[in-house]
Amino acid sequence: MTEPTAIADYRILPVEPEAVSANRRLGQRIWANKGFVLGAVVLTLIVLIALFAPLLVLHDPNATNLLARRVPPVWHLWFDGDMKASWAHPLGTDQIGRDYYSRLLLGARVSLTVAFVAVVVSGIIGTTLGIVAGYFGGWIDAVISFFITTRLSMPAMLVALAVVSIYGGSLTIIAVVLGLLLWARFAVVIRSTTMQMRDLEYIAAAKAMGCSTLHILFRQIGPNILSPLIVVATTELAVAILLEASLSFLGLGVQPPTPSWGLMLADAKADLMFDPWLMMIPGIAIFILIFAINLVGDSIRDITSVEERS
Amino acid sequence: MAGYILRRGSVAVAVTIVVSILTFLFTNVAVDPAISMAGEGARQEHIELVRVQYGFDQPLYVQYGHWLENWLSGDFGTSFRQRRPVVDMLQERFPVTATLAFSALALALLISIPLGILAALRPNSWLDRITLSIAVVGMAMPSFWMGMLLIYVFSITMRWLPISGGSTPMHYVLPVITLAYYVLPPIVRLVRSGMIDILRSDYIRTARAKGLRRHTIILKHALRNALVPVVALGAVQLGHLLGGSIVVESVFSLSGVGLLAWEAIRAGDLPVIQAILVIMAVIYVGLTLLSDLLNAAIDPRIRVS
Repeated sequence: MTEPTAIADYRILPVEPEAVSANRRLGQRIWANKGFVLGAVVLTLIVLIALFAPLLVLHDPNATNLLARRVPPVWHLWFDGDMKASWAHPLGTDQIGRDYYSRLLLGARVSLTVAFVAVVVSGIIGTTLGIVAGYFGGWIDAVISFFITTRLSMPAMLVALAVVSIYGGSLTIIAVVLGLLLWARFAVVIRSTTMQMRDLEYIAAAKAMGCSTLHILFRQIGPNILSPLIVVATTELAVAILLEASLSFLGLGVQPPTPSWGLMLADAKADLMFDPWLMMIPGIAIFILIFAINLVGDSIRDITSVEERS
Repeated sequence: MAGYILRRGSVAVAVTIVVSILTFLFTNVAVDPAISMAGEGARQEHIELVRVQYGFDQPLYVQYGHWLENWLSGDFGTSFRQRRPVVDMLQERFPVTATLAFSALALALLISIPLGILAALRPNSWLDRITLSIAVVGMAMPSFWMGMLLIYVFSITMRWLPISGGSTPMHYVLPVITLAYYVLPPIVRLVRSGMIDILRSDYIRTARAKGLRRHTIILKHALRNALVPVVALGAVQLGHLLGGSIVVESVFSLSGVGLLAWEAIRAGDLPVIQAILVIMAVIYVGLTLLSDLLNAAIDPRIRVS
């Protein structure tokens, strides 16, 4: 018998010694995966920073100081001998003298909030559509698949830009718009997983036992689509962060003076010539965040894929 | 095969129609076109005049009918902002974006196919690790930041290439590299994983047992099958490139369709936004159809199921 039913067993049956060890084996595989541990540690750190950002900032992120504009980051003291740099502004100040470090921390908050809401919204829409299409098949599947194809044929970036330009770029609107755009991949993946699962013996057994359709969808199929769901969610989290940054970079996302990494990069573009660190700092921040998320997603895919287990 | 083409083709047409309806509704219901056309500070009677003159007072399905009729005869309306036919504006800008997208895809394929094969031949070798790192870094790199880094290194520090604009071929070098790196990671990963799977398969073992040369096995037997999904992905990525060109064109001030879209969106120029949304969707649908048909032509199993 193939592996998926083996995981399924402990969901149906009362917990038995063997089922516990299956869980423990999964745990061991997770902690043995260096990529996962590294990604998870970095990601947790960034989430903590975002959560506690208001306590960690050194200055009011929106306080301008025209006498201290474009102060370089503190390491310029040693590398450039630039005496303008100081510990008062560890990452320097921006074009109108706002503390770059404080804005960077609050930017993490903006980025993660938008992406998290977008992924939850799109995850709920996509998973529901995917399970329904995959389980029932037939014309229901045909209609939902048509929705998916239609959605995928409209470039997310362009649609998001157009919507934001009409309704304005508040945090809520961006998060909801991205949520309404990013469900397609959830639906595609969950649909095909459900389809494979539908024909397995344990579902037939549940049907024979007289379980209701809702019970089968939520209690029998639900737990088993969890790992592909997590993998897609991490991918989409990264996509949402990149889209928010791109929208803000184009001036149609989060509006100033809200700190956003995309906006910081847009402002830094004009200073590329003399103050390249202005674009390095937010760029590196986005890079590390996306990198950590992708690392976690890829490792979960490796850990849960059937081939690796056998 | 004919049945398959017919089936896929009709879905593609249906998708295009739905997208056009959505676009039409979005740009005619979400905003009042008469208000945005009359401009800021217009008096109510002017707005009403515009509404009647342009037929915005008619029922939506009548308006949609007219709109579709014009579209099919190649009339995409007139730009609110520039008072010129949208077709002309698109014709001006399209070659820039097409050059950018095709060169970027060509460059990405040219790098990722050999790299993917070499990595697959020796999994876990240093070359494989470098290939995977290139892919992983590329996935985490926002394209606008990549563009700025390239400008900083090659235009400002080295002074080899122009910073922005599109007047000479040299202006395209950095944008093409930026976009190529944007689409490369998924392609390289797919070539690599596809090749690894195929090299393990029975028919490759048979080919080896027959004593065929290594080159023949890799290039003729394995690569041909590994490229099936790459073709599909390539077509889809070309669509992504057209969308992704908005950001890259704005970083490098290249006046292509992406920059036009951005300008139109900022200025609320609805006919231009409509036209770009629908054309992008048509291109996307066309590319997806093409990739499906190519796949079906190469792999008979797809046709049957």
